[in-house]
Amino acid sequence: MADALVEFDSVVKKFGDFTAVERMNFTIDEGEFVAIMGPSGCGKTTTLRMLAGLEQPSKGEVRMQGRVMNAVPAHERDTPLVWQSLALFPFLNARENVEFGLQMRGVDAATRRKKALDWLDRLEIGEFAERDISSLSGGQKQRVALARSLVTEPKILLLDEPLSALDANLVIRMQSMLTRLQRELGITFVYVTHSQSEAFAMADRVVIMSRGRIAQIGTPKDIYRAPDNRFVAEFVGRNNIISGKIKSSSGKSVLINGSLGDFKVSLGGRAKPSPGSEGSFVIAADLVRLSSKKPRAGNQIECSLISEEFIGSVVTLFLEARDGSEFKVQIQERELADMDLKHMGKVFVSWDPERAHYIGAD
Amino acid sequence: MKPDRLLKWFLYGYLGLVFVFIFSPILFSIIFSFNSDRFPTIPLGGFTLKWYETIWQDPDVWEAARTSLLVSFSVATIATFLGFTTAYTDYRYRFKLKPLYLALILLPPTIPLIIMALAMLAWFAKIGLSGQVFSIIIAHTVLTAPFAMAIIRLRLSQMDESLEAAAWNLGANQWRALRRVIIPFCRPAIISSFCLTAAVSFDEFAIAWFISGLNKTIPVVILEIVTGNIDPQVNAIGSFVFLTSMTLVIIAQVVLMTKNKTEKEKHG
Repeated sequence: MADALVEFDSVVKKFGDFTAVERMNFTIDEGEFVAIMGPSGCGKTTTLRMLAGLEQPSKGEVRMQGRVMNAVPAHERDTPLVWQSLALFPFLNARENVEFGLQMRGVDAATRRKKALDWLDRLEIGEFAERDISSLSGGQKQRVALARSLVTEPKILLLDEPLSALDANLVIRMQSMLTRLQRELGITFVYVTHSQSEAFAMADRVVIMSRGRIAQIGTPKDIYRAPDNRFVAEFVGRNNIISGKIKSSSGKSVLINGSLGDFKVSLGGRAKPSPGSEGSFVIAADLVRLSSKKPRAGNQIECSLISEEFIGSVVTLFLEARDGSEFKVQIQERELADMDLKHMGKVFVSWDPERAHYIGAD
Repeated sequence: MKPDRLLKWFLYGYLGLVFVFIFSPILFSIIFSFNSDRFPTIPLGGFTLKWYETIWQDPDVWEAARTSLLVSFSVATIATFLGFTTAYTDYRYRFKLKPLYLALILLPPTIPLIIMALAMLAWFAKIGLSGQVFSIIIAHTVLTAPFAMAIIRLRLSQMDESLEAAAWNLGANQWRALRRVIIPFCRPAIISSFCLTAAVSFDEFAIAWFISGLNKTIPVVILEIVTGNIDPQVNAIGSFVFLTSMTLVIIAQVVLMTKNKTEKEKHG
C-alpha cells in the first residue's frame, strides 16, 4: 500500500451560513487516480479548491505528505489545477503558457523553453507551440492546459471537470490519454466531475459527494454494484430501489415485504436488521431476467411496458409495476430482438437473491 | 425583401446626415485655415499657409501647446493609474460600502462642468494652488479618472474569473499575478483609456479657463484669440487641436476593436 499523499481530517468549509463541505475525512494515496463525483453544489469543487489553496478550511486540517496545508498560500503549493474553463492566458502563445509556471519558479529562459517544448511534443501538439491560444481547437487547448500544469513535475494534479466542454468523441480520446499519462507519470490525479462515465472510466477510486458530505468511497465496481445508500444507488447507474418492512431474516439474507410482495435479499456483509424495521434494497437494471411466463418461484414483479430507450447495443426498458412504480431493465438489443415484446402485454422481471443489494433503511 | 432594403438605405442616409451635421463645421474650419481671406466668406480666396505661419511664430501658442501637452500627458498617466486601481479594487474585493464607493468614483462626470470649474477655482484659491499647471492636472484628473475606470472595468468584466487564480496556482504571488496576468489582459483598455483621457484633457476648456491663470492651455488661447478679433489663425489652431484629439481617440478605438475581434474569433 502506498503512503497517503493527501489527508482530509474533519474538514469543514463554510461560506457565511452555507456549509459547502461538512466534516470530511478521507485520504488520497500517492500515485492514485481519484475521482470526486456528485451533482452540482455537492462541494466537490470546493474540496478541490481547498487542495489547491484557493479556499481555506473553516475547521479541520488538510495535510499533504504529513504537512498541514491550511495556511499555505496557493502560490507556495505545488498543486497545479486544470480548470474547467482551462484559464489559458490569452495574451501568451501556447509555449509561453506552458512556461509560465517555470518562470514563476525562477527557471532560466533556455531550460524553460526546452521543457515547455518537450511537454508540448509529448502531448502531440509540438507543432502548435508558437500559435496563439485563440487559434487552437478545443482539444489542443486542453493539451496546452495539461502541459502547463505538468511542466513543473508536480506530485499531484488537480482536474476540475476539464472535459466538460468537449464533444463526446474527443472526451473518449482525452480520457484514454489522461489514464495513460497518469500511469506513465505515476503521480496522483484528483479529478472532479459530475459525469459517471468519466469517473468510472478513469479512476482507481471514486468519492461520491452529496450536499457537502461523502456518500461513499470505493472502486468504480464497488460503487456500481454495491451502493452504500439510496443517494448513491439513485445517482449511479440504472438502479431499481425497492423499500419495505423486514419480515424475517435467516442466515445471510432477509425477507423484505414491500407493496409488490415479498423479496429475498442477501445481506452481503451487512449487519442483520431486526424484523419489523424498514429496509430497502437495490436491484440493478442489468441484473434482472425478463420473461413472458410467470416464473415458478423467487423474486419477481409483474410489469407492463411503458417505453424503451435505445442506446446502441443496450436497450433500457421502462416498465410499470402494479403499484405504479417504475422499474428499469437493461437488456442486450440482440436479446430483445428475439422477444416479441410489443405483443406480450405483461412481462415478468425476476432475479436471484444474490443479485440484489441490501442498503438499509435510508 | 424590398421594404427592408429601403429601410436600410434610409438609415444609411440618416447616419450620413448625422455625420455631415457633426463634422461640417470642423471641415469648414479646416478649409478656412488654408484660405487667404481674412473673413470666412465664399467664394474662397487663394490657398495660404499664412495662418499656420502666424501661430508657428507666436510664442504664446507655443507656450500653450507645451502646457497642454504636459497637462494631458500627466493627466492621462495619473487618471489611467487611478482608473486601473479603482477598477481592480472593484473587481477583486467585496466590501460593504461598495455601491457607495462606485457612486463616488463615477460622480465627477455628472457634475456640470461650470460648477466643477468654479468649485475648483475656489478650492485652489483657498489652499494657494490656483493658477498653476499642477492645479489643472489635478482638476482634469478628477474629471477624467472615471472614464478610465469605466473602460478598464469593462475589460476586467470580460476576463475569465479563473485567470488570476490560475496564475496563483502556477506559483505567482498576488503582485506577480497582477503584473503578469491582469495588466497584460487589460493592456488594450489601459492604452485606450490613456488616449481618451489625454484627448479629453487636451480639449477641455471650461475648467482650464477658470483655473489656468497664466499657464494657459490651447483651448484657452483659442478663446482669447476669438474674443480679441476674428482671425483665421483660430482655424489653424483648431485644425491642429482637432487632429491631435482625433488621433488619440482613433488610436483608442482601434486598440479596443482589434482586441475584441481576436476574442470573437476565439469564441467563434
